[in-house]
Parts: sequence; C-alpha cells; structure tokens
Amino acid sequence: MDSFRDKLIPVTSILAGVVVLWYVFAVILNAPFQRDLDRRANETPALSEFIGKTLSQPKPTLPAPHQVAVNFFENTFLRPINSNRSLVYNAWVTLSSTLLGFAFGTALGIIIAVGIVHVATLDRSLMPWIIASQTIPILAVAPMIIVVLAAIGITGLIPKAMISTYLSFFPVTVGMVKGLRSPEIMHLDLMHTYNASGAQTFWKLRVPASVPFLFTSMKVAVAASLVGAIVGELPTGAVAGIGAKLLAGAYYSQSIDIWSALVAGSVVAALLVMVVGIAGRIVDRAMGGRPA
Amino acid sequence: MSWLKPSWQAVLAIVLCVAGLALGAIAAPKVDPLVQPAGTLIYPYAATSWLIFGALLLAALISMARIPSVVEAVVLFIGAHLVAWLLIGGIAGFEGLARAPYFLLLTAAWLLGWRCVAVLSGLRPMASWARSALRLVIPAIFGAWILILWEAVTRGAGIPFILLPPPSAIGQRIASSLPVLGADVRQTIFKAVIFGYIVGSGAGFITAVLADRVPFLRRGLLPIGNMVSALPIIGVAPIMVMWFGFDWQSKAAVVIIMTFFPMLVNTVAGLAASGHMERDLMRTYASGYWQTLLKLRLPAAAPFIFNALKINSTLALIGAIVAEFFGTPVVGMGFRISTEVGRMNIDMVWAEIAVAALAGSVFYGVVALVERAVTFWHPSVRGG
Amino acid sequence: MTGTSPAVVAASRLGLTFQTNDGPVQALSNVDLTIGKGEFVSFIGPSGCGKTTLLRVIADLEKPTSGTISVNGMTPEQAREKRAYGYVFQAAALFPWRTIERNVGLPLEIMGLSKAEQAERIKRTLDLVNLSGFEKKYPWQLSGGMQQRASIARALAFDADLLLMDEPFGALDEIVRDHLNEQLLELWGRTNKTICFVTHSIPEAVYLSTRIVVMSPRPGRVSDIIESTLPKERPLDIRETPEFLAIAARVRDGLRAGHSYDD
Repeated sequence: MDSFRDKLIPVTSILAGVVVLWYVFAVILNAPFQRDLDRRANETPALSEFIGKTLSQPKPTLPAPHQVAVNFFENTFLRPINSNRSLVYNAWVTLSSTLLGFAFGTALGIIIAVGIVHVATLDRSLMPWIIASQTIPILAVAPMIIVVLAAIGITGLIPKAMISTYLSFFPVTVGMVKGLRSPEIMHLDLMHTYNASGAQTFWKLRVPASVPFLFTSMKVAVAASLVGAIVGELPTGAVAGIGAKLLAGAYYSQSIDIWSALVAGSVVAALLVMVVGIAGRIVDRAMGGRPA
Repeated sequence: MSWLKPSWQAVLAIVLCVAGLALGAIAAPKVDPLVQPAGTLIYPYAATSWLIFGALLLAALISMARIPSVVEAVVLFIGAHLVAWLLIGGIAGFEGLARAPYFLLLTAAWLLGWRCVAVLSGLRPMASWARSALRLVIPAIFGAWILILWEAVTRGAGIPFILLPPPSAIGQRIASSLPVLGADVRQTIFKAVIFGYIVGSGAGFITAVLADRVPFLRRGLLPIGNMVSALPIIGVAPIMVMWFGFDWQSKAAVVIIMTFFPMLVNTVAGLAASGHMERDLMRTYASGYWQTLLKLRLPAAAPFIFNALKINSTLALIGAIVAEFFGTPVVGMGFRISTEVGRMNIDMVWAEIAVAALAGSVFYGVVALVERAVTFWHPSVRGG
Repeated sequence: MTGTSPAVVAASRLGLTFQTNDGPVQALSNVDLTIGKGEFVSFIGPSGCGKTTLLRVIADLEKPTSGTISVNGMTPEQAREKRAYGYVFQAAALFPWRTIERNVGLPLEIMGLSKAEQAERIKRTLDLVNLSGFEKKYPWQLSGGMQQRASIARALAFDADLLLMDEPFGALDEIVRDHLNEQLLELWGRTNKTICFVTHSIPEAVYLSTRIVVMSPRPGRVSDIIESTLPKERPLDIRETPEFLAIAARVRDGLRAGHSYDD
C-alpha cells in the first residue's frame, strides 16, 4: 500500500497543477474574444469581472474545467439515458462496437498466434507481414471500410466493430507469439524428458507462460479498439457515439461539447484498461503468480 | 513407391485439377457484339486451358518425386505462378464470367504456392546469404499470393469496382496520379508529420530528463503518462483544428500531443534502466550528475528511447491522417481519403493507403536502421 | 597488526543498521579494523555477515550509522572525491556500448585526463592484466574471465593505491578463477597496492591474503582476524602444503565459531 501512497500524492498534485494551468490558459486564450465583445458593448469591466466572463463564454476557445465538468455531469446524469444527447447513450454506442471488435480481435489474434507458433510455414511467411503491418497507419482505411460496407447495406455496429477487430488483433498476435515462445529451453526440455505430447506441452507449459503477455497486449488492444470505434464513427455522417459527438461539436464549434465528449472517451478508455488489468491480476493470482 | 513422397497440398491440387477438368469450361463464353455481330461465342482460355491443366498436374507430380528440395521448390514456384499468370491473363475481357473450374484451378495453384513456401521454410542452408535471401523470399511469395488471389478473385467473380478494385487497377491509379499523391505526401508527411514528430518526441525527451531530477515529478508523471497513452488522444483533433486552423499546423499539433507521452514514459523508464552496479561504479569515480547522465544513463536508455521513436513513427502518421478527417485545405492524405471515399473513387483511396503504408514502412525502417547503428551493443540487436 | 606503516583504512566501533520493512537489520556492529599499506586483506563469512557492506562503507557507497572510519586519513566521502580507490564488482559491469579500451578509459575521461595520457594509461593497464590486443573488442565479445580482467584494469587505470574487490571471481569457474588468482597475486606483488578482497571461498582467501578477516552474521561483525604465515612468493601448489591447510583449518574454525552454519 506504501507504493500506492508514494504515487497518489505526486499524481494528484501534478493533476492539480494541470487544472490550475488549464484555468490560466483558459483566461489567456479566451481573453481576446472577450475583449472584442466588451469593446463592441462599450464596457470596461474590472479585472475580476473580466476573468469571470472569460471563464463562462458559451463557445470558448478553451473551456474552463468547471464548464466541461458541468456539461459532462449534465449530459451524463441529468439526461434520460436513451436521449441522443446523453453521453451515457453515446458512450454505450461506442463501447458496444469496441467490445465486439475487441472480443473478435483477441480471439483472432490468439488463433493466428497459435498458428504461427506451431506451423513453421506461417511463421516464416506470415509473421514478417504482421510485424511490417504494425508500421502502417491502418486507421486510414477506416472511412473506406465504413462507406464500402454501407454501400452493400451493412451499417451500424458491424463496420465499426470490424475496424476495432482489425486494430486489436495485431497487438494480441504479436504479444501471444512472444508469450507462447516465452518458456525457457530448460522447461521445454523438461517436457521433452516426460515425452509429453505437443498438446500437453501447449496446455501445460506454453499457455500458462503466455498469460501475462496476453493481458499486457490486451490492454494495448482494448485501447486501440476504442480508438478504432471512435474513428469509425467519423465518416458515417455522425449518428451517435463519441466520435459522432466530436464531429458534431467540430461542425457547430461547440467546444464545450467536444471537451466533454473527449472526457467521456477518456473515462471509457481508462475503465476498459482498468477492467482488463484487474482481470489480468485475478487470473495471475489464480495461477499462483507472485504479487509484483 | 520409394521414389514418391506425397504432400497433401500437391495431392489436393491434383484432385482439384481433375474436378476442374470434369466440370468443363473455365469461364463462361460471351458474345462480343462488336467483333462478331452475328453473335458467335468467344470462348476464353481456348488456347491456354490445356497449358494450365498440364502445368498444374506436371508441377504437382514432379514435386512429389524424390528430388532435391531446392529443385522441388523451383518446380512448384514456376508451376504455381505460371498457372496464376495464365488464369489472370485469360480472364481479361471476361470479368465476372468465371465458373467453378476457374476457382478450383486458382485454389490448386495456391496450394502449390503454399507447398513451395513450406518446402522453402524447411530449408536450412549453410551460407548466410542464402539464409537472408530465404528470409526475404518466403514472405515475398506469401505477399505475392495475397495480391494474386485478390486480383484473380475480384476479376474472376466480377466484384464491383467500388467495393474492392483489383491491385492492378490500384497500381494504374498510383501511376496515373503521382502528382496528386506527391502533393498529399508533401502536405501531410513533410509538413505535419515530420515537424510534429520532431517537436513532440523532443519535448517528451526533454521533459523526461528534467522530471528525472525531481523524484516527486517522476513518480507522478509515470502513471499519468502511462494512462494518457491508453486514451483516445486522437479526439483532440477537432480542438486543434479550431485553434490552429485548417492547414498543417493543426495536424502537427495533434502529432505533437500524440508523440509526447510515449517518449516521456519510455525515456523516464529508460533513465531508470541502468544497473545499480554501474551507478555505484560511477559514484566511486565521484562522477557528477551530467557525466553520469551522458556516459551511463542516456546510453543505457537508448533502447527505450528508440522504442518510443518507433511507436511514434506510426502514431505520427495516424495522428496527421485522422486529424485531416476533421478539415484541411484541399490537399493531404487524410483529406484525399475522406473525399474520394465520398465520391466512391475507391481505387484512389487504395492508392493513398498504399502510399501511406509505404511511407509508414520507410519511416519506421529508417528509425530502425538508426537504432541498429546506435544500440548495436544491445542483446536484441546483436543477437538477431 | 603490521603496525608501523600508516593505516590505509581505520575503522573503530563501526556500525550500520538498515531500516527495512521487517524492522531494523544490523548489517555491521562494532567493527574495529586497521589495514596498513601494502596489505592484502580478505573478508570471509557466510552471506549476511556484512562483508560486502563493510567494503561499501569503505567506498562511501553506504553511510555508517555509528562509529568512525577513515580512508587514507580522510572520511570515505573525501577519499572517494579524491578517487583514492578502485572498486571491482561481483560482475564485470562493463558498458556494452564501449570497447574494452574505452571502458578502461571511462574513469580517466571522468577525471578529465588528456587524450594522450588516457591512451598511455589504457595501454599500460591492459598490459598489466594481459589483455593487449583486445582494445577494440566489445565486452560481449570476450569470455567472462577476460571481462573481469578488463574490469580490474579499469579499477587500476587511475593508479589508486587502494583496490576494493567484492567477490570479483565469484561468477567464474574454478579453472579460470585459479588462473586469475595467480595473476592477481603477481599484480599485487608488482604494484604494492593495498587490496581489500571479499570472498566466500576459504582456499581463495588463504591463498591470496596476508590477513584474513572472518565475519559472522546477525549482527554482522568481525569474529576473528588471522595473520597468514605463508611467504609472499606463492605458487598454486602451495595450497597442498601443511602450512596452507593449517591456516585454512583456522579459518574454518573461525567460521564455525561464528555459528554461521547453525541457521
């Protein structure tokens, strides 16, 4: 618990510093527009009043933290959940395709990794492409997948989930290949002396050894999956979802909306990574892992 | 039967070939109203069909004889690719008219190609040049077959152009729109990506070195940086567009934000990576902070820093391209992708994606080469 | 005690207590020790007896919590800042990104010597440890024994009078170890340095030392100090002589008296 306190105090003080800086920048960035307004209204407000006004513009250049917080709170808790403006509703739209894509991507990644580890041909022909494809800005295909699938009548959840699948299977494949190959030669030799079958070596040695790698890569994959779902919502003409909220906010210059959508996306991301992390820790403990 | 060593790929290829023979024509004939107004049917593969069957059967049979592996691989390579070439060449003018034997033969050729890769994977040549050649040839054949199958299936089955254009059409598109692609690359990569990458990575590095002097900052920044790298930072793109306008500056800003945190986290971790013994050693020399930093801790952190540089090379491209979805002047890779998608010019989109993929690989490759030169001493480099 | 020559290391009532999660641990308690110039002193004892900690206190890598210690008549910190000693660790701890010559030159660079002087000293010390011809090699291209020799060269490069060695040959196999022991003795004879040597091998301690400090754990303390009666000239087969065996037996008795094997 000591390490927790060791981190908690620095983290909270840095975050507090960020909030203070945010306010300072909000005043600075919003000041020109406010000065403009005041000049037109022929007003010369006192400094404190001026600062108050810069922090309460309806479409500020940089919304103040409390404006974002109020907007986030209203759109999260005060709206009916099925409302189009509810952040819970929009987050759920994004989350559902994220989860679907993540599940498929993880399954696909594991299957491909098992194939690569066990079939030499795949290892030598497919693996270089998997590694090379990580250097490619895959996200660029997102709009095309959405539009092409829409052209043949597939819309809604599935196309976004496909992008998420695509983005999340790469890290899982690479992580699982590393994990399935992580047992030491000595352990493999030990299984060999037992005359263990390939399946036995796989289930009793390779799979347990790969679990930590799996969860580490799943954390990366779930974050990538969410990004995929959000970007997948950009070209659909913005119906619902966090990406749609971002796009709508950009259209109408609703900066506060953009920021609170961003906060919502970050909350979802943090929750997803946390859930995967906790699941990983539970599995690790069940397998008798040492607490790190 | 000691002269025979059957492989399931070759056997299955022969079975498919025979089935193809039994099912008749490779593709449906079509009436060419211009050439023959009377309406005589033109049959595809009139001249080549026996060559196709013959080459397939021959290659499959020879491959199962007891011959050296290298010869077997060469026979399979020639057989599989000759058949694929004839099939694709013959379908020209008959797009969408392919019948079952076409796909059976394609599958058979692909099986021979697979067998070829399997034989090559089994080779363990002594010479190091042969090993490195194999390391390139095997994935190259695999990649080529993805293109072959893509080309053959889209054209044979006549998949609508706007769904999935064949690679040949994409290639033509690239060749015919080089100026446009060049302008997009200049706008997106040479302006936004490079600038953002350098500033973002540099700022992350400097922040990390500064934070490293204050343990309080280091303890706080590390968890924050780790958490931020999981967040969908790409979402700041609309804000940056509002702040910095439509031109490349707003994209560079997105890239800076996206590349800052991976560099921060990796450098902080890297600076902590030097061993206790090495640091004690520097202490016994009464070495100052900067000397220890320059002579021990930065070199030890180099693998971490390069890891961040590699991650950032991909992130920078993604950041710049996706940020352009939110608005650009009428040039840029992301702009081109989103508008051409809207116009259903899918081949142009693929052309742009191919260019982006190439740019990404080159960018990554350059960073990886520099890494090999700088961290030559690290086990992961000298071992491989 | 060799008495008359000035003390290189002088410790009196030295104590060091670590604060750990399981409460305080007394790593050193009431250590009284004087090491004269030119001596070869071994510290031997089971793990946890504080022999490495004592070496680290001399090197100013740990601060004592009680008692006093001086190195060359100064505090350890002043001695460190004057670069009064070379330290050899359990592992070679060579920097993998530097060639052997640049590794040996590392302390010289830090001390700001001229390029010419650096080159001259690197050559001399590499000769001393029989590593000439390997200047341009990287550490990972050498065997474990050669790496450890390079790290000894690095400690010798700046000509400090005191050499602190913390189980330098612990990770090497016995054949290499014998060889390096022989070379170390020869080097000591030629350079007249003072050497403090931590080990857990009885034959090694007896073969090398003019004096053997036996230590025991919980709390870490000096339980016996044995003067060697062996001549300065020591071929390897001296280890079969009755004199050698008698000293070894005394060391073993000393270790046993410290109850080191009870737990």
